[in-house]
Amino acid sequence: MVSATESVGPFTLLRLERGELEPGVPGQFFMLEAPGRVLPRPMSLCQAPHGELAFLIDPIGPGTRALCALRIGEAIHVLGPLGNGFDLDLSRPLLVAGGIGIAPMPYLAAALGDPPAILGFRTEHHAEAAGLLPGAEIVVEPRLVTELLQDDPGDVLACGPEPMLEAVRRRVPRAQLAWEARMACGYGACYGCVVEIDGRYRRLCVDGPVVRDAA
Amino acid sequence: MQLDAFVTKTVTPQAREGNPPPRVVETESGMLNSIGLQNPGIDAFARESLPRISELGVPIWVSVGGFSAHDYADVCERLDGEASVEVIELNLSCPNVEGAPETAAELVAAARAATTKPLYAKLSPATWDVAESARAVAAAGADGLSLVNTIRGLALDATARRPQLARGAGGYSGPALRPIALACVHACARAVALPIVGMGGVTSGDDVLDFLAAGASAVALGTILFADPFAASRIRAELGDAVLPALALSEHEIHGLVGHSASRRVVSAE
Ligand SMILES: Cc1cc2nc3c(=O)[nH]c(=O)nc-3n(C[C@H](O)[C@H](O)[C@H](O)COP(=O)(O)OP(=O)(O)OC[C@H]3O[C@@H](n4cnc5c(N)ncnc54)[C@H](O)[C@@H]3O)c2cc1C
Ligand SMILES: Cc1cc2nc3c(=O)[nH]c(=O)nc-3n(C[C@H](O)[C@H](O)[C@H](O)COP(=O)(O)O)c2cc1C
Ligand code: FES
Repeated sequence: MVSATESVGPFTLLRLERGELEPGVPGQFFMLEAPGRVLPRPMSLCQAPHGELAFLIDPIGPGTRALCALRIGEAIHVLGPLGNGFDLDLSRPLLVAGGIGIAPMPYLAAALGDPPAILGFRTEHHAEAAGLLPGAEIVVEPRLVTELLQDDPGDVLACGPEPMLEAVRRRVPRAQLAWEARMACGYGACYGCVVEIDGRYRRLCVDGPVVRDAA
Repeated sequence: MQLDAFVTKTVTPQAREGNPPPRVVETESGMLNSIGLQNPGIDAFARESLPRISELGVPIWVSVGGFSAHDYADVCERLDGEASVEVIELNLSCPNVEGAPETAAELVAAARAATTKPLYAKLSPATWDVAESARAVAAAGADGLSLVNTIRGLALDATARRPQLARGAGGYSGPALRPIALACVHACARAVALPIVGMGGVTSGDDVLDFLAAGASAVALGTILFADPFAASRIRAELGDAVLPALALSEHEIHGLVGHSASRRVVSAE
């Protein structure tokens, strides 16, 4: 059941009554029914206010637009928490996010005691979402998050578009990265979400979104 | 959640990595997939997956695929001694891989010679005369029909107009497939005396009644389980006393909910 919706720059923060669902580990995700669509959509948990689950949604297509159009009191199916979250046993965490990759960061920051964060956005309008993570350093394109990475950045936890994640990985090979893939089920049944890891196709909904080193 | 059967994802003789991603895309009234029969191969399946699926405590239907009659015979022979396998379903119709050169009937005959377990032939809706295929596989020794597999479809992205799936076309499933599947069930039920497991876009108790009326003796769930993993319980409740469906999931993909209306039994496939 939708308890509130808020605009955050171009994004919508969708707050749902939590019911029986656990919020899970930061970086885990939920499958949200997108009204009128055949398949549900994967969404990272953004915040876990008391009795609620909040999701930050970028309306880029029919499914996300349907989710952003939900009204207070409407009910949708929600499945989760799903997948692999971030490993939180760290000494010097640094959060790095690009665009809608900011979505899991507020919940992650709360779990880690508000560590430093670097956020990158396409436009000033998108950068309004940075209000969800007070104290973060912000860059707007053409500047990139990797420009702010120090030589010894600490334990990096990152979420964002693939080119950003690749760039972060080149700078910080040990960074924990939350990847995306197209999903149908989100719970390991369809084999639709595979990504190539060490030459094998692995299901991102089971072995990710935060992929642990196979080694 | 009780279930009367559980259908596995297709198993082939050797392990298969499947097709490159993206492998799934939603379309207006269904979805396309090009998984490409990713599976661990029959040996690892029998060693690791079967014992796990057996813990569900429901009859297991194993879907078998391959690239030659020899492949089908090979996997069937291997499964023949597995007590937990109740039925072997022959996937004769995957739109996402190059099929075997033999006809469906020849593949059924090869499988028939390799096992005494009940054999269900899973047919494609993409044929001019599915009843003719049904008669052929019945003559070759099939004990039942699974109708239908996905039908090939293509989705393009809105800017570059390039295929959204890495492989190009994929298998179309979901609500759009339902009338096509119903027509196949209807035609085959009049052509052969075999029990039919109907599937294709089932989302509700109403849909199940359609399939039973068209001549299916059981109904299977696929795509709906992605949006609603508990669809079988819901559908059973919607059906009330009309029939008694059930559902199962596995770590593999899902493909059905089946019931033999005569025995008031409904099977749901993984
Ligand atoms: C684990 C996970 C967590 C996610 N968390 C969030 C979140 O918190 N907030 C949020 O707004 N979005 C999130 N996403 C992405 C979101 O699920 C997709 O944007 C959404 O499914 C698109 O659906 P649509 O119908 O609106 O657009 P579509 O028409 O399906 O797609 C529009 C465009 O986005 C691309 N796309 C579609 N699905 C995905 C996907 N899953 N990953 C990458 N690109 C995709 C398509 O190629 C297309 O170009 C997450 C994805 C994953 C896998
Ligand atoms: C992601 C996905 C994977 C599938 N894999 C198999 C498979 O391995 N073997 C098979 O016989 N059918 C497979 N199918 C087909 C389904 O079993 C079913 O025949 C078809 O999807 C129609 O039913 P539905 O509309 O309820 O999904 C698959 C379907 C989907 C959507
Ligand atoms: S989304 Fe279905 S297996 Fe990952």
